[in-house]
Amino acid sequence: MRVVPFDVPGHKRGRGNPELTAFLGEQCVNLDVNSMKPLDNLCHPVSVIKRAEELAAEAFGAAAAFLMIGGTTSAVQSMILTVCKQGDQIILPRNVHRSVLNAMVLCGARPVYVNPDVNPDLGIALGMRPEQVEAAILANPNAKAVLINNPTYYGVCSDIKAIVDLAHRHNMLALADEAHGTHFYFGDNLPPAAMHVGADMAAVSMHKSGGSLTQSSFLLLGPSISPGYCRQIINLTQTTSASYLLLSSLDISRRKLALEGRQIFAQVLKLAEYAREEINSIGDYWAFGAELAQSGTAVANFDRTKLSVNTLNVGLAGIEVYDILRDEYDIQIEFGDLGNILAYISIGDRQRDIERLVSALAEIRRRYKRDKSGLLTQEYIEPQVELTPQQAFYAPKESLPLAQTRGRICSEFVMCYPPGIPIVAPGEKITEQILAYISYAKQKGSSLTGPEDAQIEYLNVIK
Amino acid sequence: MLVELWFTERHTPHVKFSIRVDKQLYSARSEFQRIDIFESTEFGRFLTLDGYMMLTEKDEFIYHEMITHVPLAVHPHIQDVLVIGAGDGGVVRELVKYPEIARIDLVEIDEMVVQACREFLPQTASQLDDPRVHIHFADGLKFVRTKQANYDLIIVDSTDPFGPGEGLFTREFYGNCYKALRDDGIMVNQHESPFYEADALAMQRAHSRIIASFPLSRVYQAHIPTYPSGHWLFGFSAKKYHPVKDLRAAEWNSRGLNTQYYTTNLHRGAFALPAYVERLLEDMEDVE
Repeated sequence: MRVVPFDVPGHKRGRGNPELTAFLGEQCVNLDVNSMKPLDNLCHPVSVIKRAEELAAEAFGAAAAFLMIGGTTSAVQSMILTVCKQGDQIILPRNVHRSVLNAMVLCGARPVYVNPDVNPDLGIALGMRPEQVEAAILANPNAKAVLINNPTYYGVCSDIKAIVDLAHRHNMLALADEAHGTHFYFGDNLPPAAMHVGADMAAVSMHKSGGSLTQSSFLLLGPSISPGYCRQIINLTQTTSASYLLLSSLDISRRKLALEGRQIFAQVLKLAEYAREEINSIGDYWAFGAELAQSGTAVANFDRTKLSVNTLNVGLAGIEVYDILRDEYDIQIEFGDLGNILAYISIGDRQRDIERLVSALAEIRRRYKRDKSGLLTQEYIEPQVELTPQQAFYAPKESLPLAQTRGRICSEFVMCYPPGIPIVAPGEKITEQILAYISYAKQKGSSLTGPEDAQIEYLNVIK
Repeated sequence: MLVELWFTERHTPHVKFSIRVDKQLYSARSEFQRIDIFESTEFGRFLTLDGYMMLTEKDEFIYHEMITHVPLAVHPHIQDVLVIGAGDGGVVRELVKYPEIARIDLVEIDEMVVQACREFLPQTASQLDDPRVHIHFADGLKFVRTKQANYDLIIVDSTDPFGPGEGLFTREFYGNCYKALRDDGIMVNQHESPFYEADALAMQRAHSRIIASFPLSRVYQAHIPTYPSGHWLFGFSAKKYHPVKDLRAAEWNSRGLNTQYYTTNLHRGAFALPAYVERLLEDMEDVE
């Protein structure tokens, strides 16, 4: 029997908004409903959502799982807010996603940075070596937790097992940002997943390699974390009108990965390895892969489903190749930074699309190849932390033209998006190196975000 | 005695084209597409891929003569030819009439198309065993990527810009073809139709991508009854030769080739396009 809706949303299964229905389709607007008794409530699940969360926990090998609808950002923030209070220390690599530092603005935690090694040829920050983490732990024995990128945007994995064990040995929790690592839970021949090596919490971006809708994600817990408390933390910032489109996409995608994940990621791996081989045979490009990994180093493992390509020997910055691919070849890739591009390979890709990407790269080299002098690689800029992100963000501040900010303490973020790793974060001193980096990234056409001034001509600094 | 069995292709969502079928000779699904061959009273045997008409025995001569003899009457010394698509063998059948051609690389993505045509369409497939023909079952885009100044002529006998032929309408493909041609090389391609809106858009897109890679690109036309609207276009792109000014008519006519559609007079006329087609093309050139 059809239920007559006298509840929100007001479009009433699309009838009240035919333009929207025509655009999204009837099935889609029909699914856009409110929490109700038979459909459970994400804020306090007791029936179908609870069951979906139990199935997710089982699929990922976690003690508990939460369906998240505010992006992996909300999952990452919930991890930090669950383990840190005002003034608590957390050990983490500086090349974290902005969501990690945003959470610190909210809760007042103090970051203890481990400076990641940098691959000088690629200009990318790598993982953390276990001995670096150990040194940070010994120097900050009261820190609450260690946060690990598993993997980084580029596919670099730290030795997560060793770091989790280190943290536990010193009574600290181990948290993993697995925004780029969903597939680790399901594929063969992939780096280890956080929950499988005993981490306490992990934020898993189901909408990236997992195939669910944008903005949907999972937060996973190990047995050491109280799921009830974590739910309270999530509810501090989460909407009370969760989208059932997002929730159902999580459940359907979880099922698909649990049943077919192994074959899916074997195929993705095959496509990525093929593309890497073809791109490397063009010349000048370097599609890097497993050769970066060596145990005991800052690259303990490499996620070979990632297709990252260094473009500097072609004489083009990664961001320039990114723009040419889109503007001239109708190929949209995930991002370009100063020295590299990242093409996201997934279950949705076909062999013929890979051929297009490879051929377009060959053409770009033929047409644009030039001397590489004058190209910068991105350097990892070691932050000079003067205040916590929260202190700096809320302190009295003034807005100054970029050039006049040198030596001042920044009160906001500046980052290229993607990848969304801050160049400077609130509480960090602005150096000549940072200013040079910002101006070069602007000149090369990177999309910069963060500051109050959208043009990034001015920065807020502490008075 | 015929039954009411009809093959129908939608030329637009609102226009259908039907041929009465005597019987179906072949039907299979390959890794890439569905392949069917039918027997009909009016058009003889015909080949469809994913339900789209590729060729009929009755009118294939128009397409195959026009995509082949036009460049061969212009370029004075074609030795090495690359043919992309064309698994039915029709282009090769025309090419082997030229004794100076030393090598023909035929790159067809779908081996099953060639097998089916060898068995059921000997009219087009008959010359595929010529010793100069080398068949490669490969993705055209991938094949041409590794070639540099290897060919005098590239013929792109593609399907439509959706499905497996999609990559053959891209800028990267045309650019790779440019690189694979010698300094006086010519590329001729199947260029869709200007008439129905969706076809015209595909035609314009192909033109804008070709002119980005070649210094000279002209479009010519033919009348092909079984293709949507019957009005079909080909692209002629060259590094050096002009398709009309450099036509060597007397030399071609002295060969004494027996063609059914192509003549050197028609060659000149085929490049004279209707006003609306000229405008569709110029719109793309203005953007560049």
